[in-house]
Amino acid sequence: MDATMAGLPGSGVQPGHIGDAKPVGRIADTVFVSLLWGCGIFVLVLLGLIIAMLFEGGLPAFRAFGLEFLWTATWNPVTEQFGALVMIYGTIFSAIIAVIVALPLSFGIAFFLTEIAPQVLRRPIGVAVQLLAAVPSIIYGMWGFFIISPLMAAYVQPPLIDWLGPVPVIGALFTGPALGGGMLTAGLIMAVMILPFITAMFVETLESVPPMLKESAYGVGGTTFEVYKNVSVPYGKTAMVGAVMLGLGRALGETMAVTFVIGNATRLSASLFAPGATIASTIANEFPEAAQGSLKLDSLLALGFILFVISFIVLALSRFLVRSNLKS
Amino acid sequence: MNSAVDPTFNISSSVSAKPDALQAPTKIKVEKLDFYYGQNHALKNINFEIPEKRVTAMIGPSGCGKSTLLRVFNRMYDLYPGQRAEGGVMFDGVNIVGKELDPTVVRTRIGMVFQKPTPFPMSIYDNIAFGVRLHENLNKAKMDERVESCLRKAAIWEETKDRLHTSALGMSGGQQQRLCIARTIAVQPEVILLDEPTSALDPISTSKIEDLIDELKQDFTIVIVTHNMQQAARCADITAFFYLGELVEVAPSDVIFTNPKQIKTRDYITGRFG
Repeated sequence: MDATMAGLPGSGVQPGHIGDAKPVGRIADTVFVSLLWGCGIFVLVLLGLIIAMLFEGGLPAFRAFGLEFLWTATWNPVTEQFGALVMIYGTIFSAIIAVIVALPLSFGIAFFLTEIAPQVLRRPIGVAVQLLAAVPSIIYGMWGFFIISPLMAAYVQPPLIDWLGPVPVIGALFTGPALGGGMLTAGLIMAVMILPFITAMFVETLESVPPMLKESAYGVGGTTFEVYKNVSVPYGKTAMVGAVMLGLGRALGETMAVTFVIGNATRLSASLFAPGATIASTIANEFPEAAQGSLKLDSLLALGFILFVISFIVLALSRFLVRSNLKS
Repeated sequence: MNSAVDPTFNISSSVSAKPDALQAPTKIKVEKLDFYYGQNHALKNINFEIPEKRVTAMIGPSGCGKSTLLRVFNRMYDLYPGQRAEGGVMFDGVNIVGKELDPTVVRTRIGMVFQKPTPFPMSIYDNIAFGVRLHENLNKAKMDERVESCLRKAAIWEETKDRLHTSALGMSGGQQQRLCIARTIAVQPEVILLDEPTSALDPISTSKIEDLIDELKQDFTIVIVTHNMQQAARCADITAFFYLGELVEVAPSDVIFTNPKQIKTRDYITGRFG
């Protein structure tokens, strides 16, 4: 007992008072921890500054037009009358089209990759989906403008206008001239762009379903589809909602590809084929022509602020859904 | 060739304290069964018979093929490419390993409970009703009845009757495992396969499951894989010992645990290896 308390006999180690101990590397550790604090705070400060700058920049527009800015459909640089309704509508509408188109495809690809695809096909298809995400958005824009728009104008829009145009209520979506571009084309291009993100998250989710859980469902006589529908998807529901919201968030802010095909008309139209505008495409198009200190520039900054708020709401909503899903 | 086992080994010729265990008709007959994981020959020429409405235990060290054989019985291996079985597993005179039989049909007749409780992400009620809905079209009253009777049979009705519509994920491990048993019997199988059903449970839950197995054998043929030799001795009428993909010995449990014929079996049950 004594020997241990007084240090090992013969080792020359004297027991020191614990309060005198100086750990090695204490200064380095302090520096390291402060740096980590700095990194964390930096994000908050950056985000705060961006919001503040957008809001301050857009404030004159809100002062000039009031909250009416949000639901005014006019965008007239000549008379300096600006309203955000057309762009807000275009942003949300085209993003929703993108999600509606991408969702079933993502489901299909993800389920094929995780459950059905033979081992030799899994990697090539998986990599191909990933590569879709690596294509720069300007390429999608050109592809949409030179390939998809003409195809839409020639083969997709005319029959849709002929068949569905006369139908009451939904017919309004399929009216107007077949120009090729417009809301639907923009939505389709964006669907391809958000597809890899949604698919990747779906694959990850489906792969995280415990094999034993799936086997249990097969074990009571379930078929592949029944197991997928009743067990795999409900198990990963939470993450899948998050994935869809993430895709929606990306589509809301997409700029280049949309600008190429949407037509950039600041007119409100119910038709899927009519040219429209999104917040991002309007800013991209009109920023170079907005003079310093003009009401137009202020309105564009206000638009940016609105886009920011919409994205924030989508993100918040997705987190809320994910959390309430976790609880239940 | 499996030299260790005489394929004509006749159970009824051996001495047993449970003669009734041996008079049961054969429910599943395994004939010259081989199983492969890709190149790996996991089961080698297995021959044996599983008696109806009895508990048959399969024991052996890890990797001996006992779980593999269990997964052959309900075609679970079908889900994985590269796994294949050759030979015969006769069930009602039909070879269930044969390609022409739909695996979902096999699985409704031969149900399975896994090592860990695997409740589906839905309510307790729906966990039971899920399998039933896949095969039968019951009205609400009939379904309620089925759910209740299965939960009663699995000795979990009293604990769940007031929370049938809450998530099954909130139950304890032992309750979840009994729910999984209830879910399995809900589709009215003839055979229940249990793959180490108590390996993730505490002793009290384990003893509840063992009591339940004793109850269930009145209505079902039960095959249980276990690492716990006391469990096999307690629950099973027949015990089969597997080693390195071969069936070494199969006999009434009291014989195999007191007077095994093979030295390998004796070494294993006395804890000399494994």
